[in-house]
Amino acid sequence: MNSVRYELRCRECQTAWGNQPISFCQNCFAPLEVAYDLAAIKPEISRDKIASRATNLWRYKELLPLPEQYDASLPVGFTPLVKASNLGETFRTRSLYLKNDSVCFPTLSFKDRVVAVALTQARAFGFEVVSCSSTGNLANSVAAQAARGGFKACVFIPSDLEPAKILGTQVYGATIVRIDGNYDHVNRLCSQIADKHRWGFVNVNLRPYYAEGSKTVGYEIAEQLGWRLPDNVVVPMAGGSLIGKINKAFRELIELGLVESKHVKFFGAQATGCSPISAAVKAGRNEIEPQKPKTIARSLAIGNPADGFYAARMISGSGGWSEDVSDPEIVDGIALLAESEGIFTETAGGVTVGCAEKLYAQGRISPEETTVLCITGNGLKTTDALEGRFETSEPLAPKLAAFEEFLERELHGVVAAGGVR
Amino acid sequence: MSVKVSIPSAFRRHTEGLDSYDCAASDLNELLDGLANRFPELKPHLRDEQGKVRRFLNIYVNDEDIRFLDKDYKFADGDEVTLVPSIAGG
Repeated sequence: MNSVRYELRCRECQTAWGNQPISFCQNCFAPLEVAYDLAAIKPEISRDKIASRATNLWRYKELLPLPEQYDASLPVGFTPLVKASNLGETFRTRSLYLKNDSVCFPTLSFKDRVVAVALTQARAFGFEVVSCSSTGNLANSVAAQAARGGFKACVFIPSDLEPAKILGTQVYGATIVRIDGNYDHVNRLCSQIADKHRWGFVNVNLRPYYAEGSKTVGYEIAEQLGWRLPDNVVVPMAGGSLIGKINKAFRELIELGLVESKHVKFFGAQATGCSPISAAVKAGRNEIEPQKPKTIARSLAIGNPADGFYAARMISGSGGWSEDVSDPEIVDGIALLAESEGIFTETAGGVTVGCAEKLYAQGRISPEETTVLCITGNGLKTTDALEGRFETSEPLAPKLAAFEEFLERELHGVVAAGGVR
Repeated sequence: MSVKVSIPSAFRRHTEGLDSYDCAASDLNELLDGLANRFPELKPHLRDEQGKVRRFLNIYVNDEDIRFLDKDYKFADGDEVTLVPSIAGG
């Protein structure tokens, strides 16, 4: 270990690689993960110390792979954990919570967390250009945080992304490269570019550091529940990284004595049109068979998930399960969350809600237990998914008589409930 | 009949620095055997002990992941095969 008390280590052969911009073991190609000297960190961290700090993800700095010098001025993370009583009533449970990253700062998705951490290392390694392969949310976040941090940003996306996600990248002055192919094509190309050009690809050569940012979802859930772990967590899966990092966060908190030990079950959520991890879990295997994505949940449309193997293994090992939902069920999930809890999530959130509904109905999640659904993105970015669901009404004349007629015609129930003065 | 194999930089210390390799393999098995014979140090990085392609190595034929092609896909003259570490993205 060096003075920063973390380093890259191979998940398979355990070879240590120090700290450098590489994502896989140069011996065996297996993924690298950041390993910490938790024994050295333990005496220096406490619930009180964390609670005394600003409410953003930098409050967990000891547990993140941050260089000695970094800019912590952007208040990323620490999104609301919302008790979902109305949605809970639908699922017949009294202990349901939503981790609402649809309002994460600055670009309204959980990707702000991973990018915040990745850019500290991009700076430390001296990259001038930062980049990524993205299904949309990541591109938004890289573009925004690069603009603020003074990096040049050049991001790669599949050509068929939602217009709001493309605009929400361009507005920050980033160069956007649309690739004629799906995300897996984009991702392969980025691996080849990162192999040749000295750019900081947050989810290629900076990936081990980047992925650690996802742990902050887990730390926050535990802290916001009063320093205890939930019984179940439902997490949307694209590359399969987030669900594993929430598990890693919980295990670290237990090891550090910040929460009591508890067995948490992990449940993965995918769209049926792109469900390689869910299919593996259902078939009782860990090996991933890649798929060609066909779903409106574009932010989850990764047919060849890098962490799929580990996600499937972890889910099954935890006693959890993985479900998937059709495109109409995704839209129903978005509407259900909006109408019950007043939270407008994107398609990935519709996947999570729809899968949670199935998991409760199947009895795989007990209504007696505490369950957290991870809502990872904002509905304003994927409004096209709702096209045609709502009618546009004819405009009324600005006359009271016209309104009275409208009231009579359309709103009998409201009159009965509200009365007339 | 010629098939061009692109070699990622992480493998090049086992290939005398070569970033591509031309061969006349007719299918994936022959291609991997040929690579392993030509570059013995590369052999353990291509297949596991059971002879299966390593989990963290993706193989593409032209633009297609080889797992989407027929199990016994026969290479055509001019095919480009790309070896890419699978750990990226998401």
